[in-house]
Amino acid sequence: MDQLVTLLGYEFVQNAVAAGFVIAIVSGVVSGFVVARSMSFAVHALAELGFTGSAGFLLLHLSPVLGLLFGSAITAVFIGTLGVRARGRDVVVGVVMAFGLGLGVLFITLYKGYANQAFAILFGTITGVSRGDVVLLLAIGAVTLIALAAIYRPLVFATVDPEVAEARGVPVGALAVAFLLIMAAAVAEAIQVVGVLLILTLLITPGAAAERLTPRPGLAIAYSVGIALLCTLGGILLSLITNAPVSVFVTSLSFACYLLARFAVGPRRRELRVAPRAVHAHEAPRTS
Amino acid sequence: MQVTPAVRFERVTLNYGARTIWSDLSLDLAAGTFVAILGPNGSGKTSLLRAILGLVEPSAGRIEVLGRPPHRGDPGIGYVPQHSSFDPELPFRGRDLVRLGIDGHRWGVARPDRAANARVDRALADVEARAYADAPIGRLSGGEQQRLRIAQALVGEPRILLCDEPLANLDLRYQQAITDLIAGWRDRTGGTVLFVTHDVNPVLRVVDQVLFVVNGRWAAGTPDEVLRSDRMSELYGSHVDVVRVHGRILVVGESTESGFNIEEPHHAPAAVVDHPEEP
Repeated sequence: MDQLVTLLGYEFVQNAVAAGFVIAIVSGVVSGFVVARSMSFAVHALAELGFTGSAGFLLLHLSPVLGLLFGSAITAVFIGTLGVRARGRDVVVGVVMAFGLGLGVLFITLYKGYANQAFAILFGTITGVSRGDVVLLLAIGAVTLIALAAIYRPLVFATVDPEVAEARGVPVGALAVAFLLIMAAAVAEAIQVVGVLLILTLLITPGAAAERLTPRPGLAIAYSVGIALLCTLGGILLSLITNAPVSVFVTSLSFACYLLARFAVGPRRRELRVAPRAVHAHEAPRTS
Repeated sequence: MQVTPAVRFERVTLNYGARTIWSDLSLDLAAGTFVAILGPNGSGKTSLLRAILGLVEPSAGRIEVLGRPPHRGDPGIGYVPQHSSFDPELPFRGRDLVRLGIDGHRWGVARPDRAANARVDRALADVEARAYADAPIGRLSGGEQQRLRIAQALVGEPRILLCDEPLANLDLRYQQAITDLIAGWRDRTGGTVLFVTHDVNPVLRVVDQVLFVVNGRWAAGTPDEVLRSDRMSELYGSHVDVVRVHGRILVVGESTESGFNIEEPHHAPAAVVDHPEEP
């Protein structure tokens, strides 16, 4: 405990915790939509091309955080405009990702002596963020959350029920692109904690665990944020205590949350919520 | 006094790419009528609904919906789309689906709203779906989901209800229940129903008009006027028999070398239709 108090006195620890807090909130909210829209593969592509952007910006002596955002945002626009339909989307994502990652390799090769930086982007750098980075991450996070709040209702409509949403005048296609851009920002944020390769641990797992805990959409988002906060802040503190990388703990914690939600807590709660339907026993539930 | 029809088609032609789906459709659908839209797969039944919703533009002619040109998001129209299932783990309840029918298209985050919640409750009660309104929607049966979709379409108090194959994947008992729900709404509110179906029999009791589309041609009128051997033969361009058996109507084509001159039987015998819902 004393150790923890001492650690929290260091500026780099404060930076990490502050940044982790913002990042976890953004990740938690966005991951609910990523899961509902089945966009894991797109998340991965945004992250890997964020890496390319970051490597490119490093080469030009610009902010690697902005580079991440740039790379993933460009990718979001490409995927959004080339692959609006769900079926074609995976193909477009794959095509864009392969090319972009190739560019990333080129940038890193040109950038001899920056193996550390590359490693940091791939596996997370949270305990290395500066005060300036914290402000930047805070700003990106705030803009992302405001944008998401602005489109929240029609985005839910377009995600759950696209045919009726379209008929009711919801701009389903434009929302798909807008959400990809929001995802791009969330990816740029989450990479700070867990890095490119482990991005899914913050942008899929919290949402996937939360949907096992409640059928209420608002509450699911709240659970998802809670799980992301627990994993991120818990991961940062455990890493500081043990000196092992943050991502090790974040991934372990989030996997544990998922297993608990799926096999321990979730099944008990599901029985509760399906129970009232017993009066309609003749209307057999789907068992798939 | 001239009464505005709920939907008016004036010499409407609809193309899909280079293909003409149907042409020169002129028809007035009076308010309060229950219209069954019939025809084989690919005959443009769904496109007709999409044109009324303002999602596709006719390539010629004019459509009027409640006296206005069609426009996307018309609050006067409720829409029950073709069956598509929900992910069983989706954190979303029937109650939430119905709520989307009130304000799901508005920007921002929904605030707690008692009046809206009360409307949702009433809509759920009207379709007898309250018992499972709080369960995850993806775990409900097809029939339960269909009731919730109807509640969603009706909660906005539309004057026209468009239903696209609402009876597909339902067993006979459920087909009756859903038909009664929709016909009950029509009787109560004087609303207009456009009901796309490949089988007219489940709705035969309540239908006022049928619109039959085949190969770009169409015929409209009461079931007795349209569902006759001569009209159907003319429409299909080949010999077709319309047979009435036990109060059911069967449209039967003669067999040819390549199979039948009608691509699908419009209604299989009861024993085949009466299949249980998919698990």
